[in-house]
Amino acid sequence: MSDFTASEMMTIAASRALSNEDVCFVGIGAPSAACNVARLTHAPDITLIYESGTIGTKPKVLPLSIGDGELCETAVTTVPVTEMFRYWLQGGRITIGFLGAAQLDRFGNINTTVIGEYHHPRVRLPGGGGAPEIASSCGQVYITMRQSKRGFVEKIDFFTSFGHGAGGSAREDIGLTTKGPTLLLTDLAIWKPDPQTKEFTAVSLHPGVTREQMADTVGWDIRYAEHVEETAPPSEAELGVLRDLHARTQAAHKGPKKAGSSE
Amino acid sequence: MAKFMPLSDALAENLHDGDKVAFEGFTHLIPHAAAHEAIRQGRKGLVLFRLTPDIIYDQMIGMGCASRVVFSYAGNPGVGLLRRMRDAIENAWPNAIEIREHSHAALANAYEAGAAGLPSAVFRGYKGADLPKVNPNIKSVTCPFTGEELAAVRAVRPDLAVIHAQKADRKGNVLIEGIVGVQKEAVLAARRAIVTVEEVVDELDTHPNACVLPDWTVDVVCVVEGGAHPSYAHGYYNRDNAFYLEWDKVSSDREMFETWMQQNVLNETHHVFADRVAELRGAA
Repeated sequence: MSDFTASEMMTIAASRALSNEDVCFVGIGAPSAACNVARLTHAPDITLIYESGTIGTKPKVLPLSIGDGELCETAVTTVPVTEMFRYWLQGGRITIGFLGAAQLDRFGNINTTVIGEYHHPRVRLPGGGGAPEIASSCGQVYITMRQSKRGFVEKIDFFTSFGHGAGGSAREDIGLTTKGPTLLLTDLAIWKPDPQTKEFTAVSLHPGVTREQMADTVGWDIRYAEHVEETAPPSEAELGVLRDLHARTQAAHKGPKKAGSSE
Repeated sequence: MAKFMPLSDALAENLHDGDKVAFEGFTHLIPHAAAHEAIRQGRKGLVLFRLTPDIIYDQMIGMGCASRVVFSYAGNPGVGLLRRMRDAIENAWPNAIEIREHSHAALANAYEAGAAGLPSAVFRGYKGADLPKVNPNIKSVTCPFTGEELAAVRAVRPDLAVIHAQKADRKGNVLIEGIVGVQKEAVLAARRAIVTVEEVVDELDTHPNACVLPDWTVDVVCVVEGGAHPSYAHGYYNRDNAFYLEWDKVSSDREMFETWMQQNVLNETHHVFADRVAELRGAA
């Protein structure tokens, strides 16, 4: 086993959660890397969908944006954005939504809108984009992000995308029929919601991670599963695929002559 | 039939202070050259519509063109935040702007309703989300058949839509290929439409289901080679990802931003765009 970074562990743990049968709506950044590592390792037939309308895309390099030309050129089909959200997402065709977050609470509620008060924000973030409806219309939602006190908070400043609300039956209570967040993959651990309370529970710590590290990076009292497992470290094959993908991506995004050189 | 005219005349005739305008493009085919022309003409008080107000709206806001922005994702795609837009929202620099924020699903539906001549759009969305609390144009309706509560948003009906496309024929029929975004909806929802194109050809030479805007849906066609840079034109040139990374620095400081705009927008014309994409043309 070679050395690996926490960030590599996070991406690879996230990639393992995906399977060949999944139809996955991919958020940009960490989710995009995880989904493409899955496609390049154990799930070659996974259907990846980006909100730009590209369905069944197989990019050779990670896109910088959700609408890079690479995504369209390698897709089965590209549909208008209106159709993407009406037929494919709202129509219930997508099994997994893979999202990142700026702020996350213990019930998987996501804020990517503002830090502070909405009308007088301390930090104005980009906003929801496709996420509010990805969170409500996909069969289930996986979330991936790094743990930090700033990101993992007791109370999020704005509900951009609804997870499990205040927990329990909150989703059903407001008429949602999809499962919502079922998995959280971080640089330190794997979390799953408690079946009753829906609070995210740490079920597996990555190799070498301590409970002190966990407490230092999470803004609430962490619940642990009865039997906390240790995440299997990245294999040589997984690391090789991820590092190749990052190297190709960096080269492609570096300069004008190489940008999206597949055209 | 669409009129062919120089970009500066097209904007001068069709975009006025205070207009509602959508410079649309979903990462691909973003009408940068046209937005720069609007900045050069010093337009003020514009109500800007866009799902993804990226660099061009950052530039227009920073240059004081906007009074309100209707949007669903205000980021530099894949890079981070829009620093000029943030400065306007957080510090009212160079002027305060109002925001009307949606999700992509909502705004896409709102454009579609505009194109369909409907007053509003109905869809399943915003469940549990906070945006309906801060945007008065998000309401709900009850389905008269099933009783389901659905989200309703006001249709988008801009005075003007501006888009960039690959090509037009000599009559002004316009072809859009690749990631088509919401451009067709934006043009059909708007009262007037300007399309900048890479080239004019004798025949569009396409297939029966291609995304074509007939010439009588478009008011003006302007030939602006490279007019989408630093975004891209599928089949013509690649996205200038390095520029998007660079913009994060340029826009981080008011003075640096103003200097950049003076040199690269105010002192230039749309003719520079062809040069800007010269190195981005791959082995198509």
